[in-house]
Amino acid sequence: MSIRNKAYISGAYEHPTRLAPDKSTPQLHAECAAGALADAGLSLKDVDGYFCAGDAPGFGGMSMVDYLGLNVRHVDSTETGGSSYILHVSHAAQAIAAGKCSIALITLAGRPRSEPFGRQLGNAPEAPFEGWVGQSTHNSYGMCAARHMHEYGTTSEQLAWIKVAASHHAQYNPHAMLRDIVKVDDVINSPMISDPLHRLDCCVVSDGGGALLVVSPDVAKSLKRPLVAVRGAGEHVKGPRGGMNLDLTTSAAAISGPAAFAEAGVTPADIQYASIYDSFTITVLIQLEDLGFCEKGDGGRFVADGNLISGTGKLPFNTDGGGLCNNHPTNRGGITKVIEAVRQLRGEAHPAVQVPDCALAVATGIGGALGARHGAATLILERQ
Amino acid sequence: MMSEPRKIPAPQPNVENQRFFDAAAEGKLLIGQCDACGRPHYYPRALCPFCLAESRWVESAGKGAIYSLSTMRRGAGAPYTLAWVTLDEGPAVLTNIATDDHDALKIGQRVRVQFTPTEGGPPVPMFAPE
Repeated sequence: MSIRNKAYISGAYEHPTRLAPDKSTPQLHAECAAGALADAGLSLKDVDGYFCAGDAPGFGGMSMVDYLGLNVRHVDSTETGGSSYILHVSHAAQAIAAGKCSIALITLAGRPRSEPFGRQLGNAPEAPFEGWVGQSTHNSYGMCAARHMHEYGTTSEQLAWIKVAASHHAQYNPHAMLRDIVKVDDVINSPMISDPLHRLDCCVVSDGGGALLVVSPDVAKSLKRPLVAVRGAGEHVKGPRGGMNLDLTTSAAAISGPAAFAEAGVTPADIQYASIYDSFTITVLIQLEDLGFCEKGDGGRFVADGNLISGTGKLPFNTDGGGLCNNHPTNRGGITKVIEAVRQLRGEAHPAVQVPDCALAVATGIGGALGARHGAATLILERQ
Repeated sequence: MMSEPRKIPAPQPNVENQRFFDAAAEGKLLIGQCDACGRPHYYPRALCPFCLAESRWVESAGKGAIYSLSTMRRGAGAPYTLAWVTLDEGPAVLTNIATDDHDALKIGQRVRVQFTPTEGGPPVPMFAPE
């Protein structure tokens, strides 16, 4: 069974806040849910499926279903870090195709800027062996960048072009945290955080959230919003597997990406707009290679010279400014990737970055620690 | 930018891996070895992650090469270096490189295990340049 054309994204909402000391995390989830319902023209009582991940407070959806006042016949709290919400769209489409629900709500929200939290391994099986090494996201992704440079000659200047492109887009987003255009030199001269990643290779830290509504074809066609179909999807979880399968230059997107393209029946050359999860510049570069936009090792050359800038580059990416400049709510960027792809396909992106007649887009993301264990999810979305 | 040396939090062993930390206290690095499929692994588990047969816990020579690394330059305990070290037996280990000269470290460099005290717990296997 394929999910192709079995579900549509009819509601998408990005919370405008980037700093919310006066709101609770559940409250932000609720505000995002209300925003997505208003966008779709649906009401709370219409929702019959709910999806959340590790950012949702409480017990795997039970607390939030009750807090939000939902009455659902399908619930899914699959957790793959920041990629969860991209994966949730796929799982929602599967549930809708199987008749398990017809209007699925996905929410994300959190306040890492108001209440900073670190990376906790908890009772993970690797915790006794790795809980003491001081792995943050910066040095985990830094090891991937260092290895990519070692194997393929990728340079800091090439990585910097990813941030430069994001900044060109963020200048038009009034909600973006960082709206100043930066140059390659600005990135490589910014303070080193964890070699070889500089401060401007890293995404922002923001409070906030987002929500999506994935609905059945019948529901989508009854609403007044443009039709954005889920055309293909893929997911994968990758780790070092006993230390015998370590390859830090290839991500789980090397499985999720081709699976999504195969289901959609399209190729990277067909894609008009790409939302690529940008926790760090290296995250984008490795996913571009793994999705097949260029050969493995050629990512540095692919992103250089403004190739990701809308209007001038070959592959417009993250036209909201992405995690690097706009928003990275609760340290999880997956949902904003889907939201900006939906804006592009509806023709609702900022006019300065809108891809003309955008009909086919990819949204892809990596959650967790790219330098250790991570999950990837990829969606191909189509305007019909 | 130097700060106080990083405090190494005590690992919290469980009944499956207590023997690893008992061995660490004696200066021995254990890895998993499967007699059913013949493959080693790290971090060691009771059951082999390649075939789920019961694995033996065997001593590694504790020598290997840096696969990749990243030196944290900001925050508490910086600078310190996170690295994957590929043991000569095959498995890769996520660890720290114990050194006073982080800038001199490079991928491919030979290193040897160096057990390091923790905050009130058993020692942990870091690696130092040979």
